[in-house]
Amino acid sequence: MAEVAESSKPMFAGLSDVSISGDIPVEGEINVPVGTPSQDNEYSTLDEPVKDTILRDLKAVGKKFVHVMYPKKSSALLRDWDLWGPLLLCVTLALMLQGGSVDSKDDGGPQFAEVFVIIWFGSVIITLNSKLLGGTISFFQSLCVLGYCIMPLTVAMVVCRLVLLGGSGTVSFIVRLIVVTASFSWSTFASTAFLADSQPPNRKALVVYPVFLFYFVIGWMILTFSPSA
Amino acid sequence: MADNSDFLLQFQEFDSAESHLGGNRDATTISIEDEAAGSHKPQKQRRSAPVTSFEEDNDPLANDDKTELLSGQKKSAPFWTFEYYQTFFDVETHQVRERILGSLLPWPGKNFVRLYIRSNPDLYGPFWICATLVFVIAICGNISDFLVYLGNPQYKYVPEFRKVTIAATAIYSYALLVPLALWGLLVWRNAKVMNMVSYSFLEIVCVYGYSLAVYIPAVVLWIIPYETVRWLSIVVALCLSGSVLVLTFWPAVRDDRPRVAIAIMTAIVALHILLAVGCKAYFFSTLEVEHTAVDAVVGNVTKSSPTTNALN
Repeated sequence: MAEVAESSKPMFAGLSDVSISGDIPVEGEINVPVGTPSQDNEYSTLDEPVKDTILRDLKAVGKKFVHVMYPKKSSALLRDWDLWGPLLLCVTLALMLQGGSVDSKDDGGPQFAEVFVIIWFGSVIITLNSKLLGGTISFFQSLCVLGYCIMPLTVAMVVCRLVLLGGSGTVSFIVRLIVVTASFSWSTFASTAFLADSQPPNRKALVVYPVFLFYFVIGWMILTFSPSA
Repeated sequence: MADNSDFLLQFQEFDSAESHLGGNRDATTISIEDEAAGSHKPQKQRRSAPVTSFEEDNDPLANDDKTELLSGQKKSAPFWTFEYYQTFFDVETHQVRERILGSLLPWPGKNFVRLYIRSNPDLYGPFWICATLVFVIAICGNISDFLVYLGNPQYKYVPEFRKVTIAATAIYSYALLVPLALWGLLVWRNAKVMNMVSYSFLEIVCVYGYSLAVYIPAVVLWIIPYETVRWLSIVVALCLSGSVLVLTFWPAVRDDRPRVAIAIMTAIVALHILLAVGCKAYFFSTLEVEHTAVDAVVGNVTKSSPTTNALN
C-alpha cells in the first residue's frame, strides 16, 4: 500500500500542474430513467383480469397434482410451493369422512375438525421432526409436499365410497382394503421421493418412518369409514 | 430466483433473510461454513427456514453461541434457539435401532443408560415410540372390539376416535410426568445421600420412552380375543420393560437407605403395571363382557314375551 502511494505521488503531482480553466463547457444529456425496471412490468399482476390470476394458480396446483401422480425427483414441487392443493384435499377428505354414523350420542367416526387437526397438526409435527433431524427442506415446502401426497388417499376415499354404495360385506371390505393399501403405499413412496433427498443419508429412515405412520393413520380412517345405515 | 410470473407469489425466503441482515450476516455465514465443514449442523436450513430467521434476528448472542457449539461443546446454545432442540435429535438410524433392541432384550449386566445413551440422550425415540403406541392401542382396540362382536347382529361398528385422544393423553403424560417425578425424587435423595450414579432428566425420559417400545408388539397380540394370550403377553412385556427400568435405576438408588430404595423401585414397577393393565382394561373389551351383554339382551326378550303372552 505504501508503494502504491509513493508511485502515485508523482502522478498526482503532475496533474496538479495542469490548470483547468473553468470555461470548458460540459455537454451531454442527462436522462433520468423513467419507468420501473422490467421486473415490475413482468410481475405486475394487479391489472390482469381475475380469471387470469385464478387460472394461473389453478394451473400450478394442477401441475403439482400431476407430479404427485407420477413421482419423479423433480424440484418443481419443492420450489414453487403453495398450500391451496393441500387445503383442497384436506377439506375434501374431511367432508367425505364425515358422512358416516349420524348418531351423535355414540363415539362416531372422526368429525370434520378431528380430520383437519390430524392432517395439519400431523404435517407440522413431521416437518418439525425432519428439520430437527437436520433436514434442509424449508417448513412450508415440507407442508406442501406432505399435503399434496394425500391425493392418492383422497382418490381411495372416493373409490371406497363408491364401493360402499354397492354394499358393505366382506367382498367390499377386501376391495377397500386393497385400494387403501395401494394408495397409502403410493402416498408414502411419493412423499419420500420428494423429501428423502433433503436429509443426511444416515437419518433417512428416521424421517421416513413418521411419514409412514401419518399416512397409515389416514388410511386407517378411510378404511374404517362406515356409512350410516 | 426463478423469473417466472409467479415470483411475487413465492415465499421470498433466501432474499429476505440475506437482504435484511446485511453484511454482518455474510461475515458470520462465511466463518461458520468454514468451521461447519464436517458436521450436519444447520446453517443451510437456518437460512431457508422462516421460523428460525426470526429467532436469529432477535438474538444477537446467537452467533457467539453458534461458534461455541461448533467448537465441540454440546448443548450450549440458549434454549430459545432452534439449535438447542436440534441437539436432542442428534441420533442416527442405527443408534435408534440399537437402543430399541437394547430395551427389548435387557441383560442383567448391562445398564441401558450407560451402554446406549450415556453420550447422547435423544427425544426422537421416546416421542415417536409413544406416538406409535398411541395409534397402535387405538387401532388394535378397535379391531379387537370388532372381532369380539363379530357374530352379534346388533353391534354396529364405529371407529371410536375419542379413544385416540384418551390414549394419547395417558401415554404421553406417563412418559413425561413419571420421569419428571422420578428425577425430582432422585435429585432430592442425592442431596441427602451421595449416590454413585445420577441421571439427568433427559436420560430418564429416554429410558422410559424406549422401555415402552416392548409394548407395541404386545398390544398387537392383544387383538386375539383370548384372555390367556392377552395375560401372557402382558406378563412377558411387563417383565422385559420392567427389568429395563429396574436395572437402570437400581444403581442410582442402592446407596440409599434400604427402605427408601425398595420403596422407589416398587413405585416404578407399580406404575408400569398400572399403565399396562389400565390400557388393556380400557381399550380392549373381553369375550366375557360381550357374553354378558348378549345374555342381558336375550334375558330381556324372554322376560317381555311372557308378559305379552299374559296380555293375550
